[in-house]
Amino acid sequence: MIATIIVILIKILVLLLILLTGFAYLTYMERKLLGRFHVRLGPNRAGPFGLLQPIADAVKAIFKEEVVPGHIKDKFIYLLAPVLTMITPLIAFAVIPIAPDLTINGYTAHFYIADVNIAILYIVAVTSFAAYGVILGGWSSNNNYGLLGALRTASQMISYELPMGILIVSIVLASNINAGEGTMSLVEIIERPRPWWLWLWLFIAFIPFFITMLAENNRSPFDLPETENELIAGYQIEYGGMKFAMYMMGEYLSMIVSSAVMVTIFFGGWKGPLVVPGTWHGVLLGFGWFVLKVIAILFIYIWVRASVPRIRYDQLLAFNWKVLFPLSLVYMAITAVMVAVA
Amino acid sequence: MSIKDLVQGAEYIAKSMGVTLKTLVTEAPNTVEYPDEPVAIYPRFRGRHELRRYEDGMERCIGCALCEAACPTGAIYVLAAENDPENPVSPGERYAQVYEINLMRCIFCGDCQRACPTEAIVLGHNFELAQYERVELILDKEALLNPPTPNVVIRPDA
Repeated sequence: MIATIIVILIKILVLLLILLTGFAYLTYMERKLLGRFHVRLGPNRAGPFGLLQPIADAVKAIFKEEVVPGHIKDKFIYLLAPVLTMITPLIAFAVIPIAPDLTINGYTAHFYIADVNIAILYIVAVTSFAAYGVILGGWSSNNNYGLLGALRTASQMISYELPMGILIVSIVLASNINAGEGTMSLVEIIERPRPWWLWLWLFIAFIPFFITMLAENNRSPFDLPETENELIAGYQIEYGGMKFAMYMMGEYLSMIVSSAVMVTIFFGGWKGPLVVPGTWHGVLLGFGWFVLKVIAILFIYIWVRASVPRIRYDQLLAFNWKVLFPLSLVYMAITAVMVAVA
Repeated sequence: MSIKDLVQGAEYIAKSMGVTLKTLVTEAPNTVEYPDEPVAIYPRFRGRHELRRYEDGMERCIGCALCEAACPTGAIYVLAAENDPENPVSPGERYAQVYEINLMRCIFCGDCQRACPTEAIVLGHNFELAQYERVELILDKEALLNPPTPNVVIRPDA
């Protein structure tokens, strides 16, 4: 019992380390890539190729003075909000398998923290807490711009959760095919073999799902809660130093988590050529494929940011309610028919 | 939002993403890594002033103060003195005993080099003019006669 808990704690520590390093270097990757998209170099002063830039940023954020502006009434909520935003993606990552299982001497090592039978539901439930972080932060800032950002977050994130949820339902439905019963466990979703037409059919859902994820993560072109030119950073306006850095961490970590979720449900997670489950090299290669796929999706995030201008607020909601929502319903209906026929 | 709008919007987004991807893959960064790499300038770039000498080491400046008269902001101060015939500083009768340029006033118009009869005062290529003390922005004759080597190259197209 104690041993199990210690193993889980070690796993959590390692995962946290990987995720936080991943966050730091995701900011580096984004700045470098955006630089190249803009035909400039990006950060290149700190260390070789600017590789130490995230560390310099972290040190700067940590040593900044922590100021709580005087007009803030509810200090507890004000300080709680960035924490909420930051920890929710970390919690959500617990159910995502990052490599195939490994069996040595009869002991099986799992490369996930928990195999919950409602893993997808768990992720949806936990990540929607990130919206609370933003809303509470905007509200407790006691600032017009902060509150406007929070209001936008409220309607944007909740609206886009609908098509996201329906697409997830379709994927859970599709896991019935060739299996007899559906599953919500991410471990099983990866391990279940899919016929080639199902891969294609699920890939169609990837594009609308990716769009909802852009909106859920407040990423450009849906970064309306923090529009620089109208709301001067919206809910982040009264936050500085480490508190601001925590909002940033939350944003980038949720990007990583949603990429990992998309990789898991659409692209087979750690699956890839030459991966033999149950062996050492299988684990390493599987993890490599997983990371590669996540980076590929993160690249699309950055690519979209470099290409598409921010859309207007009415367009954002109209696109969700008039296009994404009906389309995802149609998609779910067709998937249901496919499951019934197959 | 009609179907046509939707298709068109998707087409435009695809097109814009194509443009950015093409830029990423094909175009090298335009950045000049300035302190490491010299900046490319045109030959007539007007930077920090320099006082020139003849090849034999004589100062070109004859202390006529035409530059002082031409300066629109009064940034130049010239105090002329008679040359010692035994040991002349300049080939003329007089030379500049004191020659100061106040860079805080200078607008780098180049009127001084146009006014100069002996082409003694010229605007060089050095543009790294920031200083910590105001007094360092007043260039005396010593500083003007010994200008630092500027971190620039002439543009290949110039």
